[in-house]
Amino acid sequence: MSTASRVVVAGVGIHPFGRFDGVSVTQLGVRAVRDALQEAGDPPFQAAFCGTAYSGVAAGHKVLGALARTGMPIVDIEAGCASGAAALQLAAGALRAGQYDCVLVFGIEKMPKGIIRSSFFEPWREQAGLAATPSYFALRAQRLMRESGLTKEHLAQVCVKNRAHGEHNPNAMFRKPVTVEQVLASRVVCEPLHLWMLCSPNEGAAAVVLRRVDGPASRDQVELRTAVLRSHLPGSVLGEATPMAGIDDADITPPSALAAQQAYAEAGIGPEDVHVVECQDTDAARELLAWEELGLCARGEQPARLADGTAALGGRQPVNPSGGLLSKGEPLGASALGQVVELVHQLRGTAGPRQVDGARVGLAHTVGRGANASVTILSR
Amino acid sequence: MTTRSLQPHVYEVRDDGTSVLIGGFSPSSGRYHFPLQDCCPYTGATDVSRAELSGTGSLWGFTAVTAAPPGYDGPVPYGFGVVELTRESLRVITRLTESDPARLDFGQPMQLVPDVVGTDDDGAELAVWAFAPVTP
Repeated sequence: MSTASRVVVAGVGIHPFGRFDGVSVTQLGVRAVRDALQEAGDPPFQAAFCGTAYSGVAAGHKVLGALARTGMPIVDIEAGCASGAAALQLAAGALRAGQYDCVLVFGIEKMPKGIIRSSFFEPWREQAGLAATPSYFALRAQRLMRESGLTKEHLAQVCVKNRAHGEHNPNAMFRKPVTVEQVLASRVVCEPLHLWMLCSPNEGAAAVVLRRVDGPASRDQVELRTAVLRSHLPGSVLGEATPMAGIDDADITPPSALAAQQAYAEAGIGPEDVHVVECQDTDAARELLAWEELGLCARGEQPARLADGTAALGGRQPVNPSGGLLSKGEPLGASALGQVVELVHQLRGTAGPRQVDGARVGLAHTVGRGANASVTILSR
Repeated sequence: MTTRSLQPHVYEVRDDGTSVLIGGFSPSSGRYHFPLQDCCPYTGATDVSRAELSGTGSLWGFTAVTAAPPGYDGPVPYGFGVVELTRESLRVITRLTESDPARLDFGQPMQLVPDVVGTDDDGAELAVWAFAPVTP
């Protein structure tokens, strides 16, 4: 990576995550993109990358067409839950390479309620009952609990933490705090996962304007230090066509760890240098696995970290101050950029009641179908 | 009643009631895979030949699906998990005949059986592969 030119965040925008009957995915995107461009001072941008998985053909073009901001290359990018991060990675690379000076990155999604239906699975797998996404999450949760000494109460504590954070996020879908007892009283979807331990697929959009600057970033700019996307290694993910990462052979590094290791190396920092984290909590166990994969704790340390409040607001290294996907819900294409928007606010010190005091370095993580994973590091 | 496989190229159900999973084996990588692919998913080798997999293994992971996912019309709840085939050292994603996870345990012996999820237009039972606990 060149040290001469840097990529900085010129503006961010978000459409709240939730359910919005009668509002098209294009309209969701228009709001986020318009806000991000406005914050950036309405700059000319030479390319646009749009992350989305379910919005259909030329979805990004429709958003920019509605804003009368077309003519530049507009590329839609799909990488499962990491779609927005994939868009970010491509945009950052193009800026660093000197291809563009300013690039728009956005993510949009509008998903039906309930278990995600995905063309990842052939129809016969659906008919056979082998395409229920939460059942794969459950197997991963079960393995993690067994290997790291976790109980269902620990999973519920993640929900309690994130929902407590989400209370302070006006862009979140669920803003009511919950208790361990309430989480465990919600129905079992796939043992050991209860309904409230799973994030809700929903609707939303997020946008980021990136600019290249030569020389050091100024103190008031949030710098995109690195945006890494990795996929699973051959033979990984059970050695079969499963839709996810994280239940692998012990000798195969999962994509989240691959992305984290590369991101730390490129940013020249370690996990101990990160002040605030937004990570993939598609289910409560997924967050606890990410703690290991991102190097935030050692294997089996999660119960101690939950008990001492390290990852809660006010703790040493808060995770998901936005409330995470458990509070926000997950619009696939927008979720990774939603994390970036949150971190930009945290690093600017404008996150309001959910502000992490003195946050200067933030890390965002997504992992999704493919299997793939992204790690983004920002600093100010 | 006739029983047919929902996906005969992956799973064969025979007239005598027995059934078999159809995987692949690559001599150069020395590894089995399932379902059968043109290339070995571990090495990319093209020396893959069709392999009928053994139907016995041990339970590696397990849960139950309590509500019908999209595209599925069979009974609920149903067991779901991963069985490691002993001979092939291969983990297979599978339905489980036991839908109460409390009655299952890691490492317990499992046996391949057909599991009916519906009927076709001719009234034949449609089966997919599943694993059942081996009763001692």
